[in-house]
Amino acid sequence: MLEINDLSIEYPVRKGPANLALDHVSLRIDAGEFVVALGASGCGKTTLLNTIAGFIPPTKGEIRLDGKRVEAPGHERGVVFQKHALMPWMNVIDNVEFGLRLRKMPLHERRPIGMECLRKVGLADAAQRPVYELSGGMQQRVGVARAIASSPRVMLLDEPLGALDAFTRESIQTLLLKLWQEANGVFFFITHDVEEAIFLATRLIIMAPRPGRVVHEIHLPFARQYLASGDARGTKASPEFIATRERVLDLVHQTSSGATH
Amino acid sequence: MTPSRDDVLNVTHVTHVAQESAIHPATHPATPAANQTESLTDTKGRSEAGGSPVSPGGTRRKRKTANSYGALGQGSTWHISLATAIILFLIWFVATRFAWIKPLFLPSPGATFDAFISAVRGDTQGGTPLLDHVLISVVRVLSAFALAVVTAVPVGIAMGTSRLARGIADPIIEFYRPLPPLAYLPLIVIWLGIDESAKITLIYLSCFAPLAMAAKAGVRSVAIEQINAARSLGGTRWQVIRLVVLPAALPEILTGMRIAIGFGWTTLVAAEMVAATAGLGQMVLNASNFLRTDIVIMGIIVIGILAYAFDLMMRQLERILTPWKGKM
Repeated sequence: MLEINDLSIEYPVRKGPANLALDHVSLRIDAGEFVVALGASGCGKTTLLNTIAGFIPPTKGEIRLDGKRVEAPGHERGVVFQKHALMPWMNVIDNVEFGLRLRKMPLHERRPIGMECLRKVGLADAAQRPVYELSGGMQQRVGVARAIASSPRVMLLDEPLGALDAFTRESIQTLLLKLWQEANGVFFFITHDVEEAIFLATRLIIMAPRPGRVVHEIHLPFARQYLASGDARGTKASPEFIATRERVLDLVHQTSSGATH
Repeated sequence: MTPSRDDVLNVTHVTHVAQESAIHPATHPATPAANQTESLTDTKGRSEAGGSPVSPGGTRRKRKTANSYGALGQGSTWHISLATAIILFLIWFVATRFAWIKPLFLPSPGATFDAFISAVRGDTQGGTPLLDHVLISVVRVLSAFALAVVTAVPVGIAMGTSRLARGIADPIIEFYRPLPPLAYLPLIVIWLGIDESAKITLIYLSCFAPLAMAAKAGVRSVAIEQINAARSLGGTRWQVIRLVVLPAALPEILTGMRIAIGFGWTTLVAAEMVAATAGLGQMVLNASNFLRTDIVIMGIIVIGILAYAFDLMMRQLERILTPWKGKM
């Protein structure tokens, strides 16, 4: 469904050779996968997300969604940013409906969709509140609702929980898994939090810097385990989860310290 | 399994506290009470700030105590400003009352007030009542200002969003911006004649530059995430400019409007120097020719009060239009 074929991204540098942010990355992601990219800063994970979103043109290679080449941003790829991405001059519901409004959907059609999306993220009561009064966690929920309102084929999440406290984090993690199960689309999620990565991913890709590349791919069962049991703490406390966490931490330390394994 | 682990945690916590009390028996009794009141006020403050703003007075008082070590120079200043104004007025009163300064140079507050009353009645050079002077000047300043807003803001936005527009407009604005209006006033009179259009053009030019600069800076302050969010939701370039860039730049544009209308009042007297028969600037200049210092000072005070009133209105507008300013 989402194909990344031999993708390289170079950033021009004033002196010396260009900075290779991504070096020949290839990935195939099918519908129903929750892919998490994990890596130290500078490994190109945000560049990869921005290229899928269409914000950055590939230097080499290409990205195809359902066979169609990605050349610009589009509403079939919803993006959730880390912060600063809501419009504070609009209230919550207007932010959620913003994408539908941009595509000229009349108010009486988009309002039910917007309210439905707000209900899904648990903010139906806050529809008329200004966004700048909301807490960081609630703002991120609005950001998620805005992205799903366009019913995208691919959800791109760029460290959406990076600035939140641990309690809020977990509640939004479980929310994201439920939305993913419902949508049956592709979720591509970036984080540098190992536990979060293992909990959410059906496929974990570990990236390494200089040049940015994918060094490991691991298929993981915990997201589906959680959806079956509904017990986040139990899933995260299971011996298998802890063993996986230690293994992934080892891999991350090896790759980010320069050893090529 | 989970509850038993919790029990273990509880037990260790209790022993820890017991040890502490054994070590510091003297301080212990005071600590829990202090902690309790602290946490109580804390939750109260948070619920007030987070909930609906029902009691603004209470919140403000709370915030003041909570931030007493916070940012520099915060808190309300109106009573200090009022005291400053009163002291300045008293110095003026005393200095003229005891004739330290000749009335020709500085007339007394009473004489200035008399000049105000007679000007209201129309007793000035030229016989125009003060209200007409005020109206004519306000119309000049406001029409020039309004014209500047509807032209300079689009120009500034274009400068911020297009390389071509910035390349064209930047040298023009940067060249004329530092010039004093009096320097190009003769040229404008030659080009446009001596009627209203010359006066409005002069004020318009003085308002245009700061407004365009502010709009350009406002575009720069838009978060790239906001623009990318709109683009990923399917926004076109024009939609992004109209629905994201313009509102995001609004706080800076409003600041620019405050600065611009200040420049407008500053330029008013220059604009009314040539061939004006009415207007506050003309009234002051004319009075100075007759050494009517009382009318000069009265005119200056009237211009000052008008400019200040417009600034207060702009601040109010800022509060209504950009309530999120500084909060996100």
